[in-house]
Amino acid sequence: MTRYAPTPPQTVGPFFHGGLLRDGMNIMVSPRSAGERMRIEGQVLDGDGVPVTDAVVELWQADARGRYMHPLAAEGSARGGTARVRLSAGSDESVPAADGTFTGFGRCGTDDDGRYWFETIRPGAVPGPTGNQAPHVNVAVFARGLLHHLSTRLYFEDGAGTEDDPVLQRVPQERRGTMIAHRTGSGSTPTYRFDIVLQGPNETVFFNL
Amino acid sequence: MTPAYTVHADFPPYLYDAYRATVRRAPKEPLVDVPRTLSELTGPGPAVSAASDEDADLTTNSGTGAPAAGERIIVTGRVVDDDGNPVSNGLIEVWQANAAGRYRHRHDQHHAPVDVNFIGFGRCLTDRHGIYRLTTIKPGAYPWQNHENAWRPAHIHFSLFGAALPSRLVTQMYFPGDPLMDLDPIFNSVPTAGARDRLIAKYAHDVTQPNWALGYRWDIVLRGSEATPFESPEHEHAVRR
Repeated sequence: MTRYAPTPPQTVGPFFHGGLLRDGMNIMVSPRSAGERMRIEGQVLDGDGVPVTDAVVELWQADARGRYMHPLAAEGSARGGTARVRLSAGSDESVPAADGTFTGFGRCGTDDDGRYWFETIRPGAVPGPTGNQAPHVNVAVFARGLLHHLSTRLYFEDGAGTEDDPVLQRVPQERRGTMIAHRTGSGSTPTYRFDIVLQGPNETVFFNL
Repeated sequence: MTPAYTVHADFPPYLYDAYRATVRRAPKEPLVDVPRTLSELTGPGPAVSAASDEDADLTTNSGTGAPAAGERIIVTGRVVDDDGNPVSNGLIEVWQANAAGRYRHRHDQHHAPVDVNFIGFGRCLTDRHGIYRLTTIKPGAYPWQNHENAWRPAHIHFSLFGAALPSRLVTQMYFPGDPLMDLDPIFNSVPTAGARDRLIAKYAHDVTQPNWALGYRWDIVLRGSEATPFESPEHEHAVRR
């Protein structure tokens, strides 16, 4: 089959705010969303440790039952590489489709200190090629100076199965910690801190997605 | 020498010295390959598009009731995936400078007039054939601080989602014949002439509306969810657009 050549990316530049950011895009929950509320926050830093004040962070995650709001999830199965992915592997076949009050998408611009935050819910475990993946959030970062956005995953330090997650296992062990969000504070709503380091000694692991 | 990692042979490297902002922001460690699990095969595109309204006329969306100043243009095209399938009902977000090259943004210090009738952003949805259509004004060139006498060519920023996580695209559309493109490190960060050409709209007289607006056509190809190696750039002339 003829494959069409993809349109190359370009940087978002410094002036994206009006085009990309609207009020409430970082508040991913509604009062009716099912699941445990949590806050994800952090700072985007450059190779000098300087806060990146003109970045956009996007999240994509499953709902509390591990379902993505996406047609593939509704179909009940998907092709993943050569392996057949069963969406409900090892779980109850009768669980409902993705929680309709929770899209799983969020977007936040960094502030003058390079900080971002989201109000979301704790994602459920998502099926993988062989058993469930540990709960995680897919993260994309856009900024002036990034000619193509960067992609990574956020795992929870206290998440079930984080240690054994098949994707995390592919990452060199000494770098895995850059993909782990740490619980902070003692409020009733759990808060996880996840700094994104674009470059340098603690550089976040980014994917060839 | 640290290699400049890139996701696709036609895509810009993260580190591109001529664009100075990449120097302290480009990752230096190798990108890590990930399998295509449900997390990568899905993406926010369908959910986001279903929840978004159209706001496709930037000449009238300022809320002042008066039209934006400048050369009115229509930009239209088709969005497909890399198998040529239309990306239907997909959200496109755009933002741009005004006709004088000035953004409505607190950090834009360019000495060019703000147009109170132009906010410079909007969004639209593709139809079931993947076709989008925007009305706007032609953006002006503007200076930036990357190097001596640096000017960005006229461009419109585009953001699209597609069906899967790898489909996500933020890019810039340029205008044909703009002499500033050859001098622009952001445009020239795209490694091949064929791929750079895919960022340039074509003047389309069939889109031009008599006594109203000039027309441009710009088609967009989003990567699909399959982790298929792409053909080498040498073969791109054989690739249909």
